[in-house]
Amino acid sequence: MKAAIVVFPGTNRERDMAIALRRVTGQAPRMIWHHETDLSGVDLVVLPGGFSYGDYLRCGAMAAHSPIMGAVRDFAAKGGHILGVCNGFQILTESNLLPGALLRNADLRFLSQDCHLRVEVEGTPFTRRWKKGDIFRTPLAHGDGNYTADAQTLAVLEGEGRVAFRYADAKGRVCADDRTSNPNGSVNSIAGVLSENKRICGMMPHPEDLVDPLMGGEDGLPLFEGLVEALVR
Amino acid sequence: MNKPVTVDESLAREFGLTGEEYGRVLSIMGRKPSLTELGVFSVMWSEHCSYKSSRKWLRGLPTKAPWVIHGPGENAGVVDIGQGYAAIFKMESHNHPSFIEPYQGAATGVGGILRDVFTMGARPISNLNALRFGSPENPITRRIVDGVVRGIGGYGNCVGVPTVGGEINFHPAYDGNPLVNAMTVGIARQDRIFLSAAAGVGNPVVYVGSRTGRDGIHGATMSSAEFDEDALSKRPTVQVGDPFIEKLLIEACLELMATDAIVAIQDMGAAGLTSSAVEMAGKGGVGIELDLDAVPQREPNMTAYEMMLSESQERMLMVLRPDRTELARQIFEKWELDFAIIGHLTETGHIVIKHKGQLEADIPLEPLADEAPVYDRPSIAPEKPAELGSVHAPLSLDAMLLQLVASPDLASRAWVWNQYDSTVGGQTVRRPGAADAAIVKVEDTQLGLALTTDCTPRYCQADPRTGGAQAVAEAWRNITATGARPLAVTDNLNFGNPEKPEIMGQFIAALEGMGEACKVLDFPIVSGNVSLYNETRMPDGTTQAILPTPAIGGLGVLDDVSSAVGLGMQPDSDLVLIGATKGELGQSIWLREILGREEGAPPTVDLAAEKRNGDFVRAEIQAGQISACHDIADGGILVAAAEMVMASGTGCELESPDSGIRPEAFWFGEDQARYLVCVADGQSFCAKAAQAGVPARLMGRSGGNDLILPSGVTISAARLKSAHETFFPALMDQ
Repeated sequence: MKAAIVVFPGTNRERDMAIALRRVTGQAPRMIWHHETDLSGVDLVVLPGGFSYGDYLRCGAMAAHSPIMGAVRDFAAKGGHILGVCNGFQILTESNLLPGALLRNADLRFLSQDCHLRVEVEGTPFTRRWKKGDIFRTPLAHGDGNYTADAQTLAVLEGEGRVAFRYADAKGRVCADDRTSNPNGSVNSIAGVLSENKRICGMMPHPEDLVDPLMGGEDGLPLFEGLVEALVR
Repeated sequence: MNKPVTVDESLAREFGLTGEEYGRVLSIMGRKPSLTELGVFSVMWSEHCSYKSSRKWLRGLPTKAPWVIHGPGENAGVVDIGQGYAAIFKMESHNHPSFIEPYQGAATGVGGILRDVFTMGARPISNLNALRFGSPENPITRRIVDGVVRGIGGYGNCVGVPTVGGEINFHPAYDGNPLVNAMTVGIARQDRIFLSAAAGVGNPVVYVGSRTGRDGIHGATMSSAEFDEDALSKRPTVQVGDPFIEKLLIEACLELMATDAIVAIQDMGAAGLTSSAVEMAGKGGVGIELDLDAVPQREPNMTAYEMMLSESQERMLMVLRPDRTELARQIFEKWELDFAIIGHLTETGHIVIKHKGQLEADIPLEPLADEAPVYDRPSIAPEKPAELGSVHAPLSLDAMLLQLVASPDLASRAWVWNQYDSTVGGQTVRRPGAADAAIVKVEDTQLGLALTTDCTPRYCQADPRTGGAQAVAEAWRNITATGARPLAVTDNLNFGNPEKPEIMGQFIAALEGMGEACKVLDFPIVSGNVSLYNETRMPDGTTQAILPTPAIGGLGVLDDVSSAVGLGMQPDSDLVLIGATKGELGQSIWLREILGREEGAPPTVDLAAEKRNGDFVRAEIQAGQISACHDIADGGILVAAAEMVMASGTGCELESPDSGIRPEAFWFGEDQARYLVCVADGQSFCAKAAQAGVPARLMGRSGGNDLILPSGVTISAARLKSAHETFFPALMDQ
């Protein structure tokens, strides 16, 4: 699997992502500055976390208009695989590559803590290492992670099995109104969603920060191992 | 807009200079200075920039060790951590701005200390902060806590440097003058460290980063005066930060630093362009000429005076190799940052400032630095505190414990930490609250850093010398408790008005205590900052000084980061108490929170015992004999044990206290140089300790989910946690 990480001005979790990808592929991913436009030979494009353009205007809104995003759209149109984490998820919704939007956290404060995610769909390139209903722990760190979408979009997402992950408690119980298990107040406790072809995934938490026992666990590793399996050439 | 002003002694006084200092300016210049020249003198000779009240005493501190690469005098301290790497770190205050405008004051405090570290070539890998707020009962405290925490998070989270540790105290003495001390730690290769001494006559002087505006003019002077009732009208002197620009600046500077373009580099911090230009040229023994027309400006019609004194954030000044100027320009343009050649080095030994074809300033640098005032201010040695008489526990042990873990200084800080990104970078091995010091891995190595900030201001108030020594000893102990080797210290000396002999006496005594501890523990001070005039003038004309607060930022190293231990109680272990217990309750949290008294002498600091006990604990952690370790500090043995239980959820059954000591003194006394450790076999461990001359006794056995007192009273980990976690949400989310 050849992975590329897009770096925008203000991106700050590209190094974390590179460590996680190197861990599963054995090679350093390509780092792509946002002014570039060439994604040839790439199997997986990752939009990492951070504060692209300082989150000014709206999180991800300005990055969505960077030169690289034209190439990312073409890549998506050809069926390419894309993972957007945190600010990367925000950029994907601002680019209309994924539906919905990320609002300010429900309590209006930045949140940095561990959360539990329940895997909602199995067999996708992003979730194939898990079974439906599996629970894993992952850190989150964001001010604008409160996922929302209109009722019709939600019905489509839920109906087509395009909710990848939901916030849950350690036992896997989901309760959208409970700030302990659904800390940012996301609708239906949605933490990650998939595109129609299930090759684009956006999620707010940071599985890339939990891929090493030294840092507290490897709960995030299956996501990256699954991608390698799915995208092996 | 700009009315013509007359430069005279009365304007000099407005700028914070004394009549005598103004006389010195006249004699150096041999004429009446221009407005811009007076501005340069007044900020360079402000307390903030010149350390005129403290310098005499700072010289006595230990600053050397074989592993110290650069001590005080550079932008930050530099120590050898092995394998060719250096840790670069410093702590700095942003107290006055944080009272006036808490969000921006704290945010720009973080931004400023980050620049001090990456200007030396280091990638910043951790932030910490030591915060002191007024009484929780004071209605403005909530607003200040909220703004400061949001400001630290807003800046640190955006630049992508994890905030991994720190400390918070509350006390009415900080009601009108909170303390915000921010610390940054960075990593560089030892052969890629950048200094600020300019060299090479004719070399271009380059300005990069944000544009210059009118914000923060005379900020350094404001930080060198007491607050009065008009303090809040000084908001325009507080700078506004832009962490996005800072992030770009970090990346652009590090990219440029990978080349050979930079001769010297310095951030524009307090006193902005003035102090960076003066210090770079002064240290290099050269002259500097600036053409202010070339300075990128945010506002029209700025005067030379305004540009030289602006404290606009996110700016750096560099001296480049002329043949690399274009390369540097390309890098900064890639990062969409301003880049301007604003002058060059000269052989005149003067700083010459031109603007719109006019000569605005021409000052000889040597006397500006060498003839800067240094004061040996009168002092009164602090009185020794009266010994605490006999005291008696009014409540049961369990009731007192629950009250203590819920009290403002001991309650869970999770509400605060959870607003700081502590994992960005992917190298955070122990997050806030998981160990006595934060543990961060050095990327691409097995090295780990142990980082902490410590000070117990109530001890410093009662006995500054003991308090100063205790602050250093506690930082050393917290690093030791993770298994790391303590290397060096950065300090942030927060005190009241040095023109008062009793404040000067506190300062001198605290530094004596610190110096003694640093010497005995081989823990030199490599960087730091002094913040004086932390007082508030009350409406009745009296002034209130803060508690003397010499905050210590400690750094240690682990050769193998996987050997670090946390403080969470481990199951099925013997709990052993290391260190001697007399039951010292003077100035204890117990005395204050349970009896409402702030009295007595702080606990004795025995540095020889500190070193002996700590060296033993560290060696045993490194030998794999200790699975959890927690230093015993505020609240004594029982609070320490409860904290271990809360951290992991694993309980513990405690043994009876030593006979001959009253139970409340045994459990809540704050005797120093002590640890609680989890070991497999307590008896043989205690025997080994005895051989090393280290006092040790079996204190209990871990297991289950309850803390069980010797009386049989049981408190569940969940009940402890619910008491522990109430304070901050109740204060802030009301």
